[in-house]
Amino acid sequence: MKPAPFDHVAPATLEEALALLVEHGENAKVLAGGQSLVPVMALRLATPAWLIDLNRIASLAGIRQLDTGELAIGALTRHAAVERSELVARANPLLASAMPWVAHTAIRNRGTVGGSLVHADPAAELPAVCLACDATLVAQSVRGRRAIAAAAFFRGMFETALGADELLVEIRFPAWPDGRRHGFIEIARRHGDFAICGIAATVERDRAGRVGDARVVAFGVVDRPVRLAAVERALAGTDGGEDALRSAAGAAADGLTPRADHHASAEYRSELLPVLARRALAQALTPRRR
Amino acid sequence: MPEPREIELTINGERRAGRCEPRTTLVDFLRETCALTGTHVGCEHGVCGACTVLLDGAPVRSCLMFAVQAAGARLTTVEGLAPPGEMNDLQRAFQEHHALQCGFCTPGILTTMTALLADNPTPTREDVRRALSGNICRCTGYEPIVQAVLDCARGRAGRAG
Ligand SMILES: Cc1cc2nc3c(=O)[nH]c(=O)nc-3n(C[C@H](O)[C@H](O)[C@H](O)COP(=O)(O)OP(=O)(O)OC[C@H]3O[C@@H](n4cnc5c(N)ncnc54)[C@H](O)[C@@H]3O)c2cc1C
Ligand code: FES
Ligand code: FES
Repeated sequence: MKPAPFDHVAPATLEEALALLVEHGENAKVLAGGQSLVPVMALRLATPAWLIDLNRIASLAGIRQLDTGELAIGALTRHAAVERSELVARANPLLASAMPWVAHTAIRNRGTVGGSLVHADPAAELPAVCLACDATLVAQSVRGRRAIAAAAFFRGMFETALGADELLVEIRFPAWPDGRRHGFIEIARRHGDFAICGIAATVERDRAGRVGDARVVAFGVVDRPVRLAAVERALAGTDGGEDALRSAAGAAADGLTPRADHHASAEYRSELLPVLARRALAQALTPRRR
Repeated sequence: MPEPREIELTINGERRAGRCEPRTTLVDFLRETCALTGTHVGCEHGVCGACTVLLDGAPVRSCLMFAVQAAGARLTTVEGLAPPGEMNDLQRAFQEHHALQCGFCTPGILTTMTALLADNPTPTREDVRRALSGNICRCTGYEPIVQAVLDCARGRAGRAG
């Protein structure tokens, strides 16, 4: 056993959890799936005196579709439940196609959507999907509830807009318009490992086949997921054909300074960006037989 | 120091109770308190898969759960795959295919593959490789493991059909 001593409390309701968070303040950490927090504690990079375990709070888990067409996912919903959900497959195919890339089966059986978003690993898949879809992250504290746009939530490496007394309670994905297509791809040394570089993309086209709204998000490259604005602009208004796609994807590394780590150099990430952007867009733009 | 806790759970069909500190990981509880040393502990941070057990049938890392979180749960460890002193068909397939050398990774791989076959009784090669991606084996090169799992699945399908 490697973690430093701590005390464990598992409240049954969200209200109790929020009150405990205020009571213990800096000395507490919230425990969801534990798939990122427990390794961090085993390495003694975190030594909280209290763990506030959310796993008994049933109301924090679940997947539902709202009347507005939005897909609402409780923060404590396990990756495996999202991966297997038919509702998710219908209501947000990009999210569905990203799930098998998140870690390995045994990790997905415990890890939660909320935990992944709050942990905010720059190479994680779910933050990128949230950014591509303009998801809203719903935070709650004893002070009340507020909605945070994905674009404002991820502040940097392991850093988010969540306050110390707040819990992430729900993630809302706007309704998926008919005709929106998606692509998702990543490179890692081994399937299930964090991405060296990945792309999540959505593309909409008008009746004439012209590209309208396009979202291209890179992850694993800088300190948080980023939209590749140059690629999006270059693609908009084109016919979405192979040439348009290749030329748009060529701008993928524009303005970015990729990080270097023990997995890959900055140069390698710069090379991957246009290649993966092209492949993800090709997935999105290739007509699908249904 | 936080007070030790009493927990009760079901392991391999048997009710077990024990005391543990809140920081005791489930794998340490299994090995040290319950003397079930079949579950191995390698990296202690979720990467190697040696500690994988079945929690209500689903594979999880027992190094990434605290024992207090498993109170009331139903666990299966490698010791629960077959009656004491015996091996089940998956374990025999591992033996036949030389799917282990030092055996350190084997308990975690057997539990992971048990869940795969329960979920997907006729996996493809690719399915097995994917399911195996979270378990590190430093000896076999994985190929014999994939063969053993596919062989076991074929055997089960044959007996069923
Ligand atoms: C071997 C391995 C490989 C992995 N590979 C990947 C991968 O490829 N891609 C990937 O995305 N992830 C990967 N992960 C991480 C995994 O996805 C985790 O499940 C996820 O990052 C954290 O979710 P969790 O529920 O386990 O959170 P925990 O570990 O419980 O918590 C993580 C952090 O979030 C906080 N927190 C959790 N829930 C809330 C909440 N509702 N409100 C406020 N704060 C909260 C905790 O306090 C903690 O700081 C991997 C993990 C391992 C061990
Ligand atoms: S010991 Fe648990 S994954 Fe390595
Ligand atoms: S048999 Fe030695 S690690 Fe797998």
